[in-house]
Amino acid sequence: MTIHFVVHDEHDSVGVVVVEGLKAGQALTGWIMDQDTMIEFASKSDIPIGHKLAIRDIAAGDTIIKYGVDIGRAIAPIAAGEHLHVHNVKTKRW
Amino acid sequence: MGMNLGSLSFEGYRRENGRMGVRNHVIILPVDDLSNAACEAVANNIKGAMAIPHAYGRLQFGADLDLHFRTLIGVGANPNVAGVVVIGIEPGWTGRIVEGIAASGKPVEGFWIEQHGDIATVANASRAAYRMLKHASKQKRIKAPLSELWVSTKCGESDTTSGLASCPTVGNAFDKLWENGNTLVFGETTELTGGEHLVKARCRTPEIANAFQAVFDRYQAVVEANKTSDLSESQPTKGNIEGGLTTIEEKALGNIQKIGNKCLVDGVIDKAGMPTHAGLWFMDSSSAAAEMVTLCAASGYAVHTFPTGQGNVIGNPILPVIKITANPRTMRTMPEHIDVDVTGILQKTMNMDDAGEALLDSIVRTADGELTAAEILGHREFSLTRLYESA
Repeated sequence: MTIHFVVHDEHDSVGVVVVEGLKAGQALTGWIMDQDTMIEFASKSDIPIGHKLAIRDIAAGDTIIKYGVDIGRAIAPIAAGEHLHVHNVKTKRW
Repeated sequence: MGMNLGSLSFEGYRRENGRMGVRNHVIILPVDDLSNAACEAVANNIKGAMAIPHAYGRLQFGADLDLHFRTLIGVGANPNVAGVVVIGIEPGWTGRIVEGIAASGKPVEGFWIEQHGDIATVANASRAAYRMLKHASKQKRIKAPLSELWVSTKCGESDTTSGLASCPTVGNAFDKLWENGNTLVFGETTELTGGEHLVKARCRTPEIANAFQAVFDRYQAVVEANKTSDLSESQPTKGNIEGGLTTIEEKALGNIQKIGNKCLVDGVIDKAGMPTHAGLWFMDSSSAAAEMVTLCAASGYAVHTFPTGQGNVIGNPILPVIKITANPRTMRTMPEHIDVDVTGILQKTMNMDDAGEALLDSIVRTADGELTAAEILGHREFSLTRLYESA
């Protein structure tokens, strides 16, 4: 079984793609590390290895949670399964 | 199931001041940029001696000059070094560095170029390097408990796999080394932004927590005073963003995994500062890889652990750098740079304890003399941290 993405904590907004060449529409297997549970998901974008996908629907202005901690805010709506990166999320610092 | 580190040992070099080193370098150390050519000529004459050229050492003043001296003296005094030849343009600052290194008890001789010229200086310094190499070649590795090994950490070209697996691997090893009584260090002050509260909560006493907060706030003020719009493209770097890291907060939370779950911060040191007892130290430092690793060398650390995501290729002239990655693309495209492969964590074929123990095994093998990827590939990045303009 291939793990396609990994989530730190079940309360996080995002998972990290850990395989190369992930395509939109692909059925994905995800591993939630802290709770050691598996989830099934469909990607809505082509997502490079190391990049994130939203694992829930996010509205513009929402806080993004990873490691159970605030890592920034959405500047556009992001649907579950979509690529989440610098084009739709910004730091709250600096 | 954990390793009993108390039973582990390594074979290294017992230096005059009692510290254990894992390499036996003879270095030719310039005081200033002007003396690089002479140092390189000496290293060319005496095979086995290593010149460590750098860009600075003229017209510095105040705290910036103090840091320059502290860094060069610390590198010379590092237990991975058997003997040092110092060359400067003039006798004053040359003597100051020679005197600082001599306090460690190891052989050190200084030479200056003014009133001699490069050729005579190189001849005299080459004879000194010859004596140093003779001395170094007579040193024998002896057994010492693992607790005598000073281990530093700093990650680079991080990506999301760093926070998921390669930094937690260092954290797992650090938790075990900390309990074993090793002397450890981490730093990268601005790269804790967004997770500074987590580090503060891990400080052993309120005094240490306050000292940490003070250096963190000071560094934030430097960023605030000098930033243009934000630090996008600097923190996270272009490489970090390519690797999938989106914000400084996300990068910081990955970075902090290097201090594991159990170890407490036992003290705060300035750049190139010297730890005064065993435990985990926080060094107020740059997050630039070569600067930070150079400062670790100057603080006396003997082995460095370096998690990377996208594949930072860094090494150091005297401090062996062990690279750890969990990124399968990095492992596929540039395996010659990686010492410890923990890609299995992300596919659940390796657990964190297995990864920590693989790293500890690599640390001991490196301490025993096995060369790291960066040493074999000749990576000797030596970068001095500057605080402000020269006079």
